[in-house]
Amino acid sequence: MDLNTITEVVRPTTRAGLPAWKAGDAWLAGGTWLFSEPQVQLSRLIDLREMAWPALTTNDQGLCIAATCSVAELDALPCPPDWIAAPLIDQCCRAFLASFKIWKTATVGGNLCMSLPAGPMISLLAALEGVCTIWKNDGTERRISVVDFVTGNNSNVLAPGDLLRQIDIPLTALKRRTAFRQIALSPVGRSGALLIGTQGRDGDLLLTVTGSTVKPLQLRFGTMPDEAALRASILGDIPDALYHDDVHGKPAWRKAMTLRLAEEIRAELAGVRP
Amino acid sequence: MSVIVNGKSVDAAPRPGQCLRTFLRDTGHFGVKKGCDAGDCGACTVLLDGEPVHSCLIPAFRADGKAVTTVEGLATDEGLHPMQQAFLDAQAFQCGFCTAGMIVTCASLNQAQKKDLGAALKGNLCRCTGYRAIEDALLGRTHIEEVAAGEAFGRSLPAPAGPELVQGQARYTFDTAIDGLLYIKLLRSPHAHARIIGIDKAAALAVPGVHAVLTHEDAPAVLFSTARHEQAWMDPADTRVLDDVVRFVGQKVAAVVADSEAAAEEGCRRLVVDYQILPAIVDPAAATAPGAPVIHAGRSTEHRIADVNRNIVAETHGEFGDVAAALASAAVTYEGTFTTQRVQHAALETHGGLAWLDGEGVLNVRSSTQVPFLTRRALAEIFALAPDKVRVFCERVGGGFGGKQEMFVEDILALAALKTGRPVKLEFTREEQFIATSTRHPMRVTVKAGADRDGKLTALQLDVLSNTGAYGNHAGPVLFHACSESISVYNCPNKKVDGIAVYTNTVPAGAYRGYGLPQTTFAVEAAIDELALQLGIDPFEMRRRNIVRPGDPMLAPPGSGPSDVLYGSYGLDQCLDLVERAMAEATPAPERSDEWLTGDGIALTMIDTVPPDGHIADATISLHHDGAFTLTVGTAEFGNGTSTVHRQIAATVLGTTVDRIALKQSDTAHGGHDTGAYGSTGTFVAGRATQAAAEALAAELKGLAAQRWSVAPADCVIADDAISCGARRLSFKELATVSGTPLAASGHSQGTPRSVAFNVQGFRVAVNKHTGVIEILRSVQAADAGRVANPMQCRGQIEGGVAQALGAALYEEIVIDDTGRVVNPRFRDYHLPSYADVPRTQVLFAATNDAIGPLGAKSMSESPYNPVAAALGNALRAATGIRFTSVPFKPDRLFPRLQEMFGD
Repeated sequence: MDLNTITEVVRPTTRAGLPAWKAGDAWLAGGTWLFSEPQVQLSRLIDLREMAWPALTTNDQGLCIAATCSVAELDALPCPPDWIAAPLIDQCCRAFLASFKIWKTATVGGNLCMSLPAGPMISLLAALEGVCTIWKNDGTERRISVVDFVTGNNSNVLAPGDLLRQIDIPLTALKRRTAFRQIALSPVGRSGALLIGTQGRDGDLLLTVTGSTVKPLQLRFGTMPDEAALRASILGDIPDALYHDDVHGKPAWRKAMTLRLAEEIRAELAGVRP
Repeated sequence: MSVIVNGKSVDAAPRPGQCLRTFLRDTGHFGVKKGCDAGDCGACTVLLDGEPVHSCLIPAFRADGKAVTTVEGLATDEGLHPMQQAFLDAQAFQCGFCTAGMIVTCASLNQAQKKDLGAALKGNLCRCTGYRAIEDALLGRTHIEEVAAGEAFGRSLPAPAGPELVQGQARYTFDTAIDGLLYIKLLRSPHAHARIIGIDKAAALAVPGVHAVLTHEDAPAVLFSTARHEQAWMDPADTRVLDDVVRFVGQKVAAVVADSEAAAEEGCRRLVVDYQILPAIVDPAAATAPGAPVIHAGRSTEHRIADVNRNIVAETHGEFGDVAAALASAAVTYEGTFTTQRVQHAALETHGGLAWLDGEGVLNVRSSTQVPFLTRRALAEIFALAPDKVRVFCERVGGGFGGKQEMFVEDILALAALKTGRPVKLEFTREEQFIATSTRHPMRVTVKAGADRDGKLTALQLDVLSNTGAYGNHAGPVLFHACSESISVYNCPNKKVDGIAVYTNTVPAGAYRGYGLPQTTFAVEAAIDELALQLGIDPFEMRRRNIVRPGDPMLAPPGSGPSDVLYGSYGLDQCLDLVERAMAEATPAPERSDEWLTGDGIALTMIDTVPPDGHIADATISLHHDGAFTLTVGTAEFGNGTSTVHRQIAATVLGTTVDRIALKQSDTAHGGHDTGAYGSTGTFVAGRATQAAAEALAAELKGLAAQRWSVAPADCVIADDAISCGARRLSFKELATVSGTPLAASGHSQGTPRSVAFNVQGFRVAVNKHTGVIEILRSVQAADAGRVANPMQCRGQIEGGVAQALGAALYEEIVIDDTGRVVNPRFRDYHLPSYADVPRTQVLFAATNDAIGPLGAKSMSESPYNPVAAALGNALRAATGIRFTSVPFKPDRLFPRLQEMFGD
């Protein structure tokens, strides 16, 4: 929709060229959320597209995803065969409530910065042990894990003027086995729970819980737990207050689905036929 | 900036925060629609450098140097794009408002995407069709027929607007450019109940471009109802154009009129309103309690409010026989309380319109309405204007479903046009649709029922609490309708009804497809099943033992004098047979784990084919010198398909083909009267007027020919665009030439007597007992629509009704918090059924021929909705053994009782 209070769009091309942040500013990446709701508090958009950050860079450390990388660009990434976690990319893109038409415009960083419980890029990058690089408003940089970046429903660690620059995925995470589960109140609806399990060669389990909780949560197990241990861990580590409550799912159901999907993931990675 | 739109260079500077959608519309590309303006519905889809995008989300400046293709640019010199042709062949549209974006999206899909349409089309909402016809377009199926002169009725002819629709050229309410237009934005109340002490306009008026600020001080004191009915007494007089008391969060407080929407919005933000907060009530069950805040204090029964101090706007009470005694002596009884939620029409075109004063001083209003004539009447009364000084009309309307049987914008448009003397525009946002138009009436229905050992009903009782929100538009008629056909369809010697409709400080409820019947049918049809279960009688058989049949009185207390509802035809027995047979057919079922429980459920519904107490339609038809006709009707087209049917009726009566009948419609300037396109009357009532006009003209033509040939008119035959008698023949063109005077005739329909139409819905469902997820394995609906005027269109109405009702049964709910605020006023939080959500429904027709309806046809637009939630509830009961009594049946709502029954 038209953002009628916007009086200026600036299009910096370098970090040095970023304007001094002031009240009424907003970063413009894809714009798919920004232009989807009234934003009467805003007067200036700072367009990040001209920064021309390379969307995806791979090196021997892993994968670097620019915050401005579109969902479609990420989805189209040709992954090396030994990145056996790659199917998660496709699964998480398809977990968007929004259609493929939105993916062309929406950005990975934008999804993180929205910090909604059902943000599937949060699910993906948390499960892949991603680390955010933030360009702080004071000129410094901060690195923080994706799991810690999101602090609650629609909230994160960014202060006004802070900019999410990129997310780095370690190579080790891309080489882990994965299992993905999602449930929603309708067949292609917004996730009520989205869980991802990953497992390294040593048989551990990293369980990432998103969708059902107000922020991403991770449970680490040095060895594959049995059903009871997994259940006990979830019940012990995720207090009821963290289960999200909105029109996309009641907390009791989200909790039950979390337990259920977690067990399905455990069984899949443990090689147990359900 | 320079952008190539449909091959032509467009050079214009967008505003900094402008999106591509409005940039394209501002430059005349009206095929780009606004359904949500938030990226959820896809109506604004265009190709940007060949890739489909939602243009409402694209900053306009990012199109610089790029190529944009809108639906208007898909066709080439060689003709329509294949996808446009496919949508025409399959008639994959009803109102057509989503069609432009749907076609652009479908045209861009690759083969892989076409194999998973649920995913590929999740960003394109259609509120009308139920998606089957869209699937057929993608599969290249053709449904339209070509027929010979005089044979149009009963055949699947295409909608006349189709070619324009698929090219984005059909003109909807806002698809016009007017010089000197001013824009209206409304300041809305943040409080559920408050008195306006003062409004400081100074800062708003100081905003550059602001022309006027209108408040309750500018509004006439006249009280009226936004509901439009032929008889004004049906609704309470409780509403002002702008009031000094606001009764729900979202009620309009003031209007700012400005050169641009931006200036009008800024003006609204600068208004300083001093509110005296009043106590509010959100819970309908508490509205009648002693000490509850009185929402319409100072009004009385003179304003047609039943009991102002108890917040009761309308009530109904009555009893036939002795229900208490019958329940006491019944072999089996059932009592249950059912609740239905607040759902919305969600027509893709929002409410809105344009108004201006013309050179003759006539106030012209072009709006998105189902009721132009009744809106004209209201405007004339409110603003004390002679009726001939007000013209109301609509072009194509992007969906209605009852939501546009209201006057939500025309009053403020008129006020602004009269105050400023300038043309004005008001277009609601999607959020305004949710917070400030109308919804279905949420109801709490307690049903008590009893039967004897043979399964004969002995007692049927309804106790209904209907929540009308802050205003009483449609409160009474919806309540009365809810308590009527839902029980009059059953023979039962003892019936009792107690119903009240109460005010609360929430967004008003209003007319919505089915008009109260879906809510009570949900309860009654559950009770019938529960009795059958106790007696061990099959649900079909239980109904057969109790349904009314021709000759049986159709009774619902209190009853009021002689009824004009007759059995013009009767096909309920056939509908039950058709669904029973279809449900018994073996269907392939995928293998499932034992977590999935399956069950079948049915429900039936009856509906009077016309609302009570007057529904009037006029039609005129004239013959031109070229032998073609112009048919003028008052009824509006909003996807109901009546434009197709009216031409079919006239062509059939006049022995011609539909292409010889030009249709003019829905404009008070055309003269005559039409109560409006609501209550399923577009065919049944207005169609009768068209039939009468065509028959009168046919008689005139025969008379003219007979006179020339000196034969009896009865010996003349009308066929093949001519009158003939033996070997003699005069074509319509020749008749038009030989007649000294223009040949024209008119027809009139009073909407009485009325007939009854029927629907039976069957579902087979699978329910996962641990997640609450429901899958619909089979959906069948049989309809008794009389002689079906257009089988393809009627099927579409039924499929669309089932889909819309499934939305309400499975997903949709407007959630209102304790302060009266709507918490989910957007499509991403109010889940309309998308392609992936809607199962295919097998549609079957009873073979009947109505004695009252035009050429044997009956209404079939509202009623397909009515049995859906009830049948689904019965199927869930059969699958799980649990009677779920609240909709929507969302997994998280079903979960607690499933867990209780089946464990983790």
